Amino acid sequence: MILFLVKRLIWIGLTLWAVFTASFLLMSSVPGGPFQSERNMSPEVRLRWLERYDLDAPLHEQYTNQLTGLVTRFDLGLSMSLQDFTVNDVIAQGFPVSASLGIFALVFALALGLAAGMVSALWRQSIWDVALMSLATLGIALPNFVLASVLILLLVFKLPIFPSAGWGSLEQLVLPAICLGAPFAAYIARLTRTGLLEILSQDFIRTARAKGLPARRVVLRHALRGALLPVVSFLGPAIAGILTGSLVVERIFALPGLGSHFIEAATQRDYSLAMGMVLFYTALLTTMNLLVDLAYAWLDPRVKLD
Amino acid sequence: MPHDPQQPDAKLDHYVRLLSEAEAIRGVSLGQDAWRRLRRNWVAMVSLVFLVLLGLSALLAPLLPLQSPIRQDLAERRFQPPGADGPALELAETSGGAFEEEIRALFGERTWIDRRLIRGRIALFGQWTVPSLCGTDDLGRDLLARLVWGARVSLMVGLVATLVSLVIGVSYGATAGYLGGRADNLMMRLVDVLYSIPFIFVVIFLITILDDPAIKTRLQSLGINKIMIFYAVIGAIYWLTMARVVRGQVISLKQDQFIEAARTIGASRAGIIFRHLVPNLLSIAIVYLTLTIPSVMLFEAFLSFLGLGVDPPDVSWGILAADGLQVITPVKVYWWLVVFPGLALALTLLALNFLGDGLRDALDPRMKNR
Repeated sequence: MILFLVKRLIWIGLTLWAVFTASFLLMSSVPGGPFQSERNMSPEVRLRWLERYDLDAPLHEQYTNQLTGLVTRFDLGLSMSLQDFTVNDVIAQGFPVSASLGIFALVFALALGLAAGMVSALWRQSIWDVALMSLATLGIALPNFVLASVLILLLVFKLPIFPSAGWGSLEQLVLPAICLGAPFAAYIARLTRTGLLEILSQDFIRTARAKGLPARRVVLRHALRGALLPVVSFLGPAIAGILTGSLVVERIFALPGLGSHFIEAATQRDYSLAMGMVLFYTALLTTMNLLVDLAYAWLDPRVKLD
Repeated sequence: MPHDPQQPDAKLDHYVRLLSEAEAIRGVSLGQDAWRRLRRNWVAMVSLVFLVLLGLSALLAPLLPLQSPIRQDLAERRFQPPGADGPALELAETSGGAFEEEIRALFGERTWIDRRLIRGRIALFGQWTVPSLCGTDDLGRDLLARLVWGARVSLMVGLVATLVSLVIGVSYGATAGYLGGRADNLMMRLVDVLYSIPFIFVVIFLITILDDPAIKTRLQSLGINKIMIFYAVIGAIYWLTMARVVRGQVISLKQDQFIEAARTIGASRAGIIFRHLVPNLLSIAIVYLTLTIPSVMLFEAFLSFLGLGVDPPDVSWGILAADGLQVITPVKVYWWLVVFPGLALALTLLALNFLGDGLRDALDPRMKNR
């Protein structure tokens, strides 16, 4: 267990280092640095800029400086477009917004997906099963920005139930979280259905039924635990997908989260901010995957961590 | 079965009958068998027909009597609801240099094949155009024409980037599976590491860098444009799953009984690889192909939606969806600008998913002759 953790942490470190090096090389390949496109910049001002962002040092020195800053102080440097903001500041501001949106979306996806999957599996080939599974197929194919556009048309403009955009109240989080979570609810519903159907046909379920357990107990206590395993292993990709999806959803609903900042950084050519956020996303995702693996091993005693 | 030693004739008869029965049965190839099963799956067939029609109309877009996808009319045709009349092309001449100039103004820079098709269209339909069945946008451009021309970019990126990922994935996976041992271990570890990198963010970063004016001009002087970068970059990140699946298949096939059997009856090594290994890889490759295309198209739409996609005057469905969302205001809802691009994307992705599922069932070797 300890060995497993150490091994995985080393892999995470290596992955981060690889991403850092790749993005550093990419960034330094822009000839003349990111300020080259600023036309009205006198040589003196340019020099000051380069100095400020440590771009006047030789390449290998920049590399070691940034790497040591990152490893010892978790310092991702200064933002190039937002004056007087460090990359850490931007992340610290955006992360709570994105995290609450992501958690909302994940909870919504799990609740809806599990419920729909169980209904489908228990009343197999009923009208509910067919309807829910068709809806799930639609949910998987529909890009979240299309879903968001349609929901905004219907629920914001046609029937004014929700506010259109912004950040601050719980109401403003509902629609973005639904748009973000819907495709994952669809996947989870499918996985739950398949898993539950497979488990329900096994011998130990027949035994449980034969000894006279009530149906509810058979399903909830015996079957669901096994049926949940594929769902848990899907959580890793789901978290990655929710992070990605939040790029679009935050932009549509004007939420000041990480995703908005990242896209802003990309379109404003704020290379240092974009690079820092890529690193942050990588760290977040690899950590989440580690947690999911641990949860999986805890749920399924047959899984050995190594 | 007769086992009477006194009647050898009966036994012979039995074998003769068996042989003639066997001769009467025609062998069914994997492809025929799969096609037969796919044809019975009406959802997959409807999807296939839809996709073929879509592909044809995208390919032959210049031949169709569509309006110009780029001509703006700010005075009279802004935000026309669906069904408005289509204006004629208003070409002053129908040949010569001035004509070429007009074609460029209406349809943008096109290859000689497209220009030939546009000429064919003018010969066929004259200057008549289809009405604006999907309405017009904020600059007075016809949405239907933009959707059809956008389908070219969206489908092309989906197809080519998937093929790139297919080539990388199959060769990487097959090499790893075939080599086995330490090399296999190392190669698959690399795949594991790559898996844990959130590529979408890296790709956005990469595209930002490649979009830098200095680098862009340098790439353009090499003849590389945004769409080619898309092919390469997206293809380069979607091969991981394919590599894993192909490797697993090769490893299990290497020790399979029918390979052993083929070896026993003296089949050559090339025969084994091409008659027995490759067809078995092919079915998996086709299934993953149809399932990767929608995710690649979705990714392209996603990037275009964020404003990181193809450059104007090229359009793709993602750009159209983003444009539609931008002009929504509480005062006036131009629903067609949101609904039609979304519908185009959703229907295509849905059809690809259904076709992929259908192909997976049809090509499943366990279902053979059922």
